[in-house]
Amino acid sequence: MSLWEYANPAKFMATSRRPMQALGAAAAVALAVGLVWGFFFTPDDYRQGATVKIIYLHVPSALMAINGWLMMLVASLIWLIRRHHVSALAARAAAPVGMTMTLVALVTGAVWGSPMWGTWWAWDPRLTSFLILFLFYLGYIALWEAIEDPDTAADLTSVLCLVGSVFAVLSRYAVLFWNQGLHQGASLSLDAEENVADVFYFPLLVCIAGFVMLFVALVLLRTRTEVRARRLHVLTMRRRMSA
Amino acid sequence: MRDVFLRDLRLAVRAGGGFGLALAFFLIVTVLVPLAVGPRADLLAAIAPGILWVGALLSSLLSLDRIFALDLEDGSLDLLATSPLPLEGLVAAKAAAHWVTTGLPLTLAAPLFGLLLGLPGEGQPWLVATLALGTPALSMIGAFGAALTVGLRRGGLLLSLLVLPLYMPTLIFGAEAVRRGAEGLSVATPVLMLAGITAGVVALIPFAAAAAIRVNLR
Repeated sequence: MSLWEYANPAKFMATSRRPMQALGAAAAVALAVGLVWGFFFTPDDYRQGATVKIIYLHVPSALMAINGWLMMLVASLIWLIRRHHVSALAARAAAPVGMTMTLVALVTGAVWGSPMWGTWWAWDPRLTSFLILFLFYLGYIALWEAIEDPDTAADLTSVLCLVGSVFAVLSRYAVLFWNQGLHQGASLSLDAEENVADVFYFPLLVCIAGFVMLFVALVLLRTRTEVRARRLHVLTMRRRMSA
Repeated sequence: MRDVFLRDLRLAVRAGGGFGLALAFFLIVTVLVPLAVGPRADLLAAIAPGILWVGALLSSLLSLDRIFALDLEDGSLDLLATSPLPLEGLVAAKAAAHWVTTGLPLTLAAPLFGLLLGLPGEGQPWLVATLALGTPALSMIGAFGAALTVGLRRGGLLLSLLVLPLYMPTLIFGAEAVRRGAEGLSVATPVLMLAGITAGVVALIPFAAAAAIRVNLR
């Protein structure tokens, strides 16, 4: 029994249904608890007022935007090395989810920045690198859509994902070069001395867990859809051949 | 490898628009910006490094889709792929030819355009230096984008969407070095970073581009 058995589409379809439903339900519960707790049962920050509560959407979505790309990178590598179709389809399935997370992080950041920084947008290193990440997602999805042959598309997007990752990291450090920027530093690091206060920290952890589960459940759902779409395609082709 | 390089150069020159087109495009961009933002000398001098770099980027983008597409159409790409020359070498030669027809003329003509936009004199040598350092990276990254989209019939727009994000680090360091040079600050860090990017790109991108071509020829 090895992990790679799940790369068999039939096996994947059979085993992924239950975890997907369970994760989806758990994500719904965690998000409901975390967001209600965060929005209604935590005090306002003494300087930021109620706007601090956008943290419960902003931080988890930003986290998943980056981890979504990382997951695509791993899936692309598995596809390139071991040629498991489910892996390529999972990378394809994750891209729109990751792009949405990036957009959520950008929009919530802008909504928060408007009253707090007095501007919707600033060319701050973190903001800029997220915009660049968004563009990378856009190009990756566009390439998937443009190529008809599924295996060619999987190969080319995987190569793009590998090269793009390098350049995304490069861009991240290149924009750091301008200035320190408006965005506050990391406030959730495990090794930092000063983190966000506990009242905000615990509901935030619940929200992060909720977002992680939501992401995994959505990717599983979309991967299953992709597998089904591929099967459907084969069936219609077969019918057309026999007709 | 040298034959491919020379062949691409000859094709670019004889098919027309090889050297001239990118340069003319660069000129148009440089003329359009003062028309758009108004002829204020101080403003233009401040944004000149950025405009010149964006202009170089766009004119390098303009001729990318021709790197492999024409060869795929008439079948010579298949011939080249089966020749003893490794695909990686082919990519490097073609990117070099692209650079000679776009990046090199831009670099040589850049001081003139800098003058047009009122770039301070201290910035001029750095403009030439960063373009000379950075445009090979642009051609190489562009060759990778062209290799990805070579099989597509209307890949032009997609090509720019794929390549422009990859251009960003080069653009940031290049324009930053010129800006610092124009203001009389130390330029060592961005110039070194730019050189590092170019060196890394020239060393590694041919492998990625060759892999993409192999997939597209399958």
